[in-house]
Amino acid sequence: MANGPLFNRALSDWMQSEGPDRDIVFSSRVRLARNLRTQPFPMLATNHQSGEVLEQVRGVMNNQQLQGIDRFQLIELKDLNELQKRVLVEKHLISPNLANEARNGAVILSENESISIMVNEEDHLRIQCLYAGFQIREAWELASRIDDIFESQLEYAFDEKRGYLTSCPTNVGTGLRASVMMHLPALVITKQINRLLPAITQVGLAVRGLYGEGSEAMGNLFQISNQITLGQSEEEILDNLYRVAKQIIAHERTARQKLLQESRDRLIDRVNRSYGILAHAHIMDSKEAAQRLSDVRLGIDLGLIQTNTTPTIMNELIVMSQPGFLQQLSGSKLSPEERDVRRAELIRSRLKSS
Amino acid sequence: MMCQECGSKPATLHFTKIVNGEKTEFHFCDSCAREKGELIPGTSNGFSIHNLLSGLLDFDPTGKGSTSSKPQHSRCEECGLTYTQFSKIGRFGCSACYQYFSDRLDPLFKRVHGNVVHVGKVPVRSGGKIKQQRELERLKRELQLRIEREEFEAAASLRDKIRDLERKIADL
Ligand SMILES: [Zn+2]
Ligand SMILES: [Zn+2]
Repeated sequence: MANGPLFNRALSDWMQSEGPDRDIVFSSRVRLARNLRTQPFPMLATNHQSGEVLEQVRGVMNNQQLQGIDRFQLIELKDLNELQKRVLVEKHLISPNLANEARNGAVILSENESISIMVNEEDHLRIQCLYAGFQIREAWELASRIDDIFESQLEYAFDEKRGYLTSCPTNVGTGLRASVMMHLPALVITKQINRLLPAITQVGLAVRGLYGEGSEAMGNLFQISNQITLGQSEEEILDNLYRVAKQIIAHERTARQKLLQESRDRLIDRVNRSYGILAHAHIMDSKEAAQRLSDVRLGIDLGLIQTNTTPTIMNELIVMSQPGFLQQLSGSKLSPEERDVRRAELIRSRLKSS
Repeated sequence: MMCQECGSKPATLHFTKIVNGEKTEFHFCDSCAREKGELIPGTSNGFSIHNLLSGLLDFDPTGKGSTSSKPQHSRCEECGLTYTQFSKIGRFGCSACYQYFSDRLDPLFKRVHGNVVHVGKVPVRSGGKIKQQRELERLKRELQLRIEREEFEAAASLRDKIRDLERKIADL
């Protein structure tokens, strides 16, 4: 397992596929929080009790319908070393919480890595489905199907009034967290993002940067997700997110066209300059890498860079240039300075080979 | 995701602070969280990071302001979590906590979600019972209506239906 593609490849299979609006929406994700009725939540569970939860969940893996969806493997966190755990976090397949805290923590992964089911995280089960591009409803349908399969074999904690009972009061009801990861460079360049973000939070959605926070999102990546889980149906939640995301996509497209019309030369200069630096720099910190990669991706999307590099380059290199991945690839622990050199080297060679 | 304080270490502590219904998310690495004094000393056992949530649920822990005279449970008999602990750590201990603390949850949910009642998906397994109970309530309302309108024949047939359904639900 230690050197399998799971830990050495930044791009999961699902990320390679095409999806609607992929020039702006990189991925769509749905997460469902579920618990078993008869066991205390993981926070209070004894080692024995969380072990029982794990065994019950393991039992579902033989389910015919589940096997009809994809091939799955169950990985126990105790069998992974620190770097491997970190790689899974950087690929968004598990949460930092599961990597660091969980007793009897495990993750069930589908072969193409688009489905990841965390066991004994904050809740007994966290079913997560990832889709490329803007496919939030598709992600929900798949997650709900998997949810039904698990529910057919496990007794869920559910209450008629409160819905799905979760460890944290912020997840109760649907247990649903739906989110889209958007690349919004033109809205950032034109500073419209500062007006947009507060508006988004006013309609019950939350915005956060990929690895940073607020408007200083690294690489101009923003994740938009629902905040309310109680008192709205899944359809309402998804519909709300869908409509708002659609509007943002339209705004970003308009801003890109405006940039092209009004400052084409400066835009061409900017994206090609970034490409040049990525292709030749010897030291590259993660913040600069994210910004340059964002420029290059915008350049590719707008046809301003002459290259065979695929649009997924940014998704891939952002994951690859995270500390865990860099160290996993070089097979040893690296100091921050060593990482900056290794990161630059990795990006150079990746751009050369494409 | 990286720590929002130092930006150099991965954030391992994630929490949401809710003050007057306003939610703010925090992401810290262990060392920054400790420096910020968010960790409560002497609680690194079982609860660990969840102690960070202390204060996030800035709601009335004494139940003052609620006019309800119903006796309120101060402890979940199933998992042992006290209401005071719950309001500190912002996490339920088990699904039964929802019942034991039930009287005090509406104001909390109202603040976090603006709503108190689930309207979404229902699990298939318990779904049968819930659907039938909803149907039962509907039939009872209709029966009331028929009686008021003195439509006794329709009322009689409704009463039979209700009896059948009640028997069915009891068997589930
Ligand atoms: Zn930090
Ligand atoms: Zn409890």
